[in-house]
Amino acid sequence: MQRHLISAADLTRDDAVLILDTAEEMARVADRPIKKLPTLRGRTVVNLFFEDSTRTRISFEAAEKRLSADVINFTAKGSSVSKGESLKDTAQTLEAMGVDAVVIRHGASGAPYRLATSGWIDAHVINAGDGTHQHPTQALLDAFTMRRRLVGPDAGLGKDLDGRRVTLVGDILHSRVARSNVDLLHTLGAEVTLVAPPTLLPVGVETWPCEVSYDLDSTLTKSDAVMLLRVQRERMNAAFFPTEREYSRRYGLDGDRMAKMPDHAIVMHPGPMVRGMEITAEVADSDRCTVVEQVTNGVSVRMAVLYLLLGGAEPAVTHARPTEEK
Amino acid sequence: MSKILIRGAKVLGGEPQDVLIDGATIAEVGTGLSAEGAEVVEAAGQVLLPGLVDLHTHLREPGREDSETVLTGTRAAASGGYTNVFAMANTFPVADTAGVVEQVWRLGKESGYCDVQPIGAVTVGLEGAKLAELGAMHESAAGVTVFSDDGKCVHDAVIMRRALEYVKAFGGVVAQHAQEPRLTEGAQMNEGVVSAELGLGGWPAVAEESIIARDVLLAEHVGSRVHICHLSTAGSVEIVRWAKSRGIDVTAEVTPHHLLLTDELVRSYDPVYKVNPPLRTERDVLALREALADGTIDIVATDHAPHPHEDKDCEWAAAAMGMVGLETALSVVQETMVDTGLLDWAGVADRMSFKPAQIGQATGHGRPVSAGEPANLTLVDTAYRGRVDPAGFASRSRNTPYEGRELPGRVTYTWLRGKATLVDGKLT
Amino acid sequence: MDKQQDAPAGAHSDARPVLEGPDIARVLTRIAHEIVERAKGADDVVLLGIPTRGVFLARRLADKLEQITERKVPVGSLDITMYRDDLRMHPPRALARTEIPGDGIDGRLVVLVDDVLFSGRTIRAALDALNDIGRPRAVQLAVLVDRGHRELPIRADYVGKNLPTSLRETVKVQLAEEDGRDTVLLGAKPAAPGAHP
Repeated sequence: MQRHLISAADLTRDDAVLILDTAEEMARVADRPIKKLPTLRGRTVVNLFFEDSTRTRISFEAAEKRLSADVINFTAKGSSVSKGESLKDTAQTLEAMGVDAVVIRHGASGAPYRLATSGWIDAHVINAGDGTHQHPTQALLDAFTMRRRLVGPDAGLGKDLDGRRVTLVGDILHSRVARSNVDLLHTLGAEVTLVAPPTLLPVGVETWPCEVSYDLDSTLTKSDAVMLLRVQRERMNAAFFPTEREYSRRYGLDGDRMAKMPDHAIVMHPGPMVRGMEITAEVADSDRCTVVEQVTNGVSVRMAVLYLLLGGAEPAVTHARPTEEK
Repeated sequence: MSKILIRGAKVLGGEPQDVLIDGATIAEVGTGLSAEGAEVVEAAGQVLLPGLVDLHTHLREPGREDSETVLTGTRAAASGGYTNVFAMANTFPVADTAGVVEQVWRLGKESGYCDVQPIGAVTVGLEGAKLAELGAMHESAAGVTVFSDDGKCVHDAVIMRRALEYVKAFGGVVAQHAQEPRLTEGAQMNEGVVSAELGLGGWPAVAEESIIARDVLLAEHVGSRVHICHLSTAGSVEIVRWAKSRGIDVTAEVTPHHLLLTDELVRSYDPVYKVNPPLRTERDVLALREALADGTIDIVATDHAPHPHEDKDCEWAAAAMGMVGLETALSVVQETMVDTGLLDWAGVADRMSFKPAQIGQATGHGRPVSAGEPANLTLVDTAYRGRVDPAGFASRSRNTPYEGRELPGRVTYTWLRGKATLVDGKLT
Repeated sequence: MDKQQDAPAGAHSDARPVLEGPDIARVLTRIAHEIVERAKGADDVVLLGIPTRGVFLARRLADKLEQITERKVPVGSLDITMYRDDLRMHPPRALARTEIPGDGIDGRLVVLVDDVLFSGRTIRAALDALNDIGRPRAVQLAVLVDRGHRELPIRADYVGKNLPTSLRETVKVQLAEEDGRDTVLLGAKPAAPGAHP
């Protein structure tokens, strides 16, 4: 593995499988009377959040604390006024305090990459979501959830998602979750289809390792997992789609549509859900919907990432990335 | 002033000749000229060009003297082989009145390194709403002939039409920064494969091309001439080619960085590659080179845009757009156009001196290297290759995308009206 | 720490066997009897093997205990990776499974099972790990081989074979479940720089 986790595209198949396998063991810690491991004792991790995201921060914080790391939370409110200088200055302040890892959430795409490569700091950098670029731990927890549900917690150990068909529906254009998932699911051998109105697909999507469709109904019947992405109501005002009603009718998942999915297929959502927009309450509350599991799995996966990056003298060793890939 | 004999220089890349400067004027060009009473510069096969003319620079004064001043900007220009630069109007305050353009013009005169020709704003405050006093700026001591809201597009079609018409009264030209504002809201880089992956707001080629198409049609309709700043896409080339074939009076410029760099570099998220218009694709780069070679694009202009370190040492979205270019322009043109066989040195003289001087109506610049002409000259060691080291820049800013890159060519001497501003690569 | 299992295959080409399959079986039978004897019937015993080979030995011991006592003896595994004191000296390792039998370990006699006892650091880590899982009545330790060179005040309650070794030697346990055959090999340490004894 590399020193930092910036993009899901940085992970080889072996890296990803190691993380998922490790997360499977981490998940068992949650069943113990003492949900804590001494592994990162004496290591300091900062959660540097330039963007509000209580769920992601709490998930990382739980993971860090279960591994006995010292946790510092830094929430940069009003980051719109404090521009780039503040990222560098804040980073260097943290470095001066002897921080071992920075978990960063930032509204600007590439901010974690800059932090990791600019020479501002030596600490490990873990991307907790940057702009519309990447959110690698989200993709990992999604893959973990899929592997558990579609292959099995024990049966899945050592395995990838070869041949599983995953459909991502919604605002692909503005979604770091979509980008991370396309990269990681492709690495793990899954077949990904993106479904969205053409306005919510980026120019250039044709080069991504996935299929693209404008029609949800035709893809549902051949999906093992359907992941719905949040669609912000503001997008309507920018003419990405005409009305909420029309979006729901064409791209929302309701009970009738869910009934067309294969029996084993699951419904996923990274949260927070906009009920009535991309998902109806009936679907959100059904057994096939893994939203709550995804939250639980998020802690296990983040523990795995923290352990594998920070637990040893250097990041965990897996097979080197083939040179022909970028 | 004394005499200077430049011995054995390949004038415009031709056979080695001697050039004798007497005072501010070229006295004689030939072989075996007498060195008597003259300081001798052994050119030893270096290429002698007319002093370069840059139709597009940002010298930042008044207002942003932390990034550049007229003095440091003209020193950078002399280092790069320039004897005349045009300074864009987006200063603080904006150069939209006779007072501001005269100030910039006077600062240029005082610098002594390079003539500075201010460009006036088309609209008040670059806001695109109300025409600035174009006539007053023309009649001022600065004698403004080129008008531009560069940095912003004159996006209102009616304002653009009026500006094109109005400047005909005194032979001015409007230089358009072609960028449809609505299509580029929140834009961070070229829209395409790379932006899709990086999650950076896309800047579509059509935002540039649609404005160029509109403006050449407007120019045709009102019978004016229009100049297109920093053309950056293959589609823009096609539109300009079509317009010229139709007889429309349009000229266009390309920057050195758009001749060399592509949006693949943005994968580093290093804001040193953030520029307006954005770096485009390989296909665009090749189309721009071809267009510069065949004359569809008339000139190279640097769009020299200095920024202080802190405006680039940050995350991409927060960073300022622009690159410095005066001190690397000739090297990049040699790399992309000469060493590739697309253009000879006479062609370089045309694209970087004769034509820009014509478009900007610069007097005394962009003249042939022959007896009786003003001694505005630059000598280039074309055999040199070396890595770009921004620490050696004369510019106050260091935001070059070429740091550490090996490039050919080195300007060794620059003469402004017979006075050496650069001697053996060092500013005087 | 106190294992040599990760040494490259070629390192043991000149190794000689000190225990063969039948010896190992005999030794495990003896340990099983000792456990029954010392635990007075072994009715509250839980066997926890330390991955990888300790787990196989624990299962074999459980089978033997069942033969002796005619009762099922709970057996599980205890991965100590996250509790190691040398974590910071290597890249992180893949985790092995911790499997605690259904009735837990509270109030039970836990017998930790490992293949080789060396510095004692693995057992120290195992005791820490146990502490986070429950509160046994007592903890005992069974090992196939004790090769000496303790670095901590730890001793085994049941030892298959005491094997005096020098620090220049390696001990490698092979078990059929993992390696295709049962044997304990004593060899010379490869001259790899920085290798842990």
